[in-house]
Amino acid sequence: MFKESNIRKPLILGHKTYHDITNDIVSPIEGPAPKQWKIAFTIALIVALYGIGCIMYLVGVGIGSWGLNKTVGWAWDITNFVWWVGIGHAGTLISAVLLLFRQRWRMAINRSAEAMTIFAVIMAAIFPVFHMGRVWLAYWTLPLPNQFGSLWPNFNSALMWDVFAISTYFSVSLVFWYIGLIPDFATIRDRMTKPKMKKIYSILSFGWSGRAKHWTRFEEVSLVLAGIATPLVFSVHSIVSMDFATSIVPGWHTTIFPPYFVSGAIFSGFAMVQTLLLIMRKTMKLEAYIHLKHIEYMNIVIIVTGSIVGVAYLTELFISDYSGVQYESYAFINRFSGPLAWSYWCMMTCNVISPQLFWFKKLRTNLGVTFFMSIIVNIGMWFERFVIIVTSIHRDYVPAAWGEFKASTIDIGMFIGTIGIFFTLFLLFARYFPVLALNELKTILKTSGESYKNENKH
Amino acid sequence: MANKVFHVMYDDDQKLLDAARALVAQGIRVKDVFSPFPVHGLDPIIGVKRTRLAIASFMYACTGTALAILGTWYFMVSDWDWNIGGKPNFTWIENAPAFVPVMFEFSVFCGAHGMVITYLLRNGTLPGMPATNPDPRTTDDKFVMEITTEENNMSVQDIESKIRATDVYELSIKDY
Repeated sequence: MFKESNIRKPLILGHKTYHDITNDIVSPIEGPAPKQWKIAFTIALIVALYGIGCIMYLVGVGIGSWGLNKTVGWAWDITNFVWWVGIGHAGTLISAVLLLFRQRWRMAINRSAEAMTIFAVIMAAIFPVFHMGRVWLAYWTLPLPNQFGSLWPNFNSALMWDVFAISTYFSVSLVFWYIGLIPDFATIRDRMTKPKMKKIYSILSFGWSGRAKHWTRFEEVSLVLAGIATPLVFSVHSIVSMDFATSIVPGWHTTIFPPYFVSGAIFSGFAMVQTLLLIMRKTMKLEAYIHLKHIEYMNIVIIVTGSIVGVAYLTELFISDYSGVQYESYAFINRFSGPLAWSYWCMMTCNVISPQLFWFKKLRTNLGVTFFMSIIVNIGMWFERFVIIVTSIHRDYVPAAWGEFKASTIDIGMFIGTIGIFFTLFLLFARYFPVLALNELKTILKTSGESYKNENKH
Repeated sequence: MANKVFHVMYDDDQKLLDAARALVAQGIRVKDVFSPFPVHGLDPIIGVKRTRLAIASFMYACTGTALAILGTWYFMVSDWDWNIGGKPNFTWIENAPAFVPVMFEFSVFCGAHGMVITYLLRNGTLPGMPATNPDPRTTDDKFVMEITTEENNMSVQDIESKIRATDVYELSIKDY
């Protein structure tokens, strides 16, 4: 059996048994919805419906209802797209990369982080899909045989790579998540007393029975999926960055983009995981499973990725001047001193300076500070994408073609709306799905559970 | 005499492992084990072979790579050779670097989904399938070992006495 050092803090606090784990995670699903949940869900749903209304208006009127113009052809839409995709990255990182590195603390957070990934990628997809204008023709991005002659999408284009990257990422993440959920649904099925709910969970659990051979296959599938999802995490955001890096717009055309985007994505994703988990652990009473150690580990990931992002900002700033290309150089002077300089400095403060506070153990183990910082980081990361996209194109080569960008109410409504849809989906998940991978948690109870660790000491 | 099936329940994974080891040493063949989580070290004792799903995944991924190569060649070179910015696609190999992302993504796509579909089919776990665990507690905190007289050339009493000698929590014997 795997032995863990006694010096290492236990991952499951309290004197829990296997049955306690099942109880703690499944009983909130069995009971009636708490009042807080109903309030949060109603608010999220109202915001979501407003967002859907904005989307319907956009489809009806056309993308002219966004604040885009001839110079700034990409703005909030792609900013929101990259922001959401970035947030999604932490889920797969936690479930895949941390599984390969045998990080047992991931087991308390992977399920909700994966759910967050899936919902975030759906939100991300809304923006490019609706940016197409005639959204009912979105399938034209796929290489399907067609009646228009030999017309195929251009496989040399980074946008085409993105279609493949995002759809692969979404579908593989979904499958990875669901494969883990099947045994947990079986646990709920076998406990559920309400016949209707029992039937639903029975269908969702695919008849899982927990046979020894099935568990062997389960572990192999999880490991292989983790192995192939790991390069996928890195490739997807690299490809997202190539949407910009393969163009010749000053400020976009740099080779630093893929690693810079990937670390930024993990940075923002972990911040969002913190935001969601800090609320969830409190409202669903999961403090024994998601405790300070987990939060501290995540904060450490935030310092590391935040610092990589900081170095990347300074590198691109230096290289823009060092390149000797006046357009490139101007793009950056314009970023920190132009009309949108406020967004640049907001990004710098939120992303580079504030995460450095986590070097202090007192701060990184403080729940209030962590929650506040997680919001700050997400704001900062939204501004990062806004800075990269809008400030680069609003003043590119010819001054006569320079322009400005002002977000319309539909721009804002759609963005806020996606936050509403995201929270609606996440709250539904928190209500009806096992929020922790309970069957995986049981495997670490004897090695990392508090009572078992103390027993080993004697 | 009708064949009998023994459902031997344990309340701890370590007890299950010890019992499985003891019973197998006495020549009893364990048909299956139902557990709430994967019990490490159990497979070699009860003779569960290593799964070949990883190999299957590799083969699906190779199929994906081959299809992506074929697709990009057909769409971009053979059927309609594009000339983009004066960079013509006369041969696939000239443009291969631009196709690497799609080749990679499609390989992962086929590798992952192929493996998962195979996994679900091989397990027989599909939407609407009935659960086959002998006791609902096996998905919570109990571990059940299934032993049949059909697979063991011993009398029912013999098997039962050997089972009783282990740290059993509950035992049920049924006609099979």
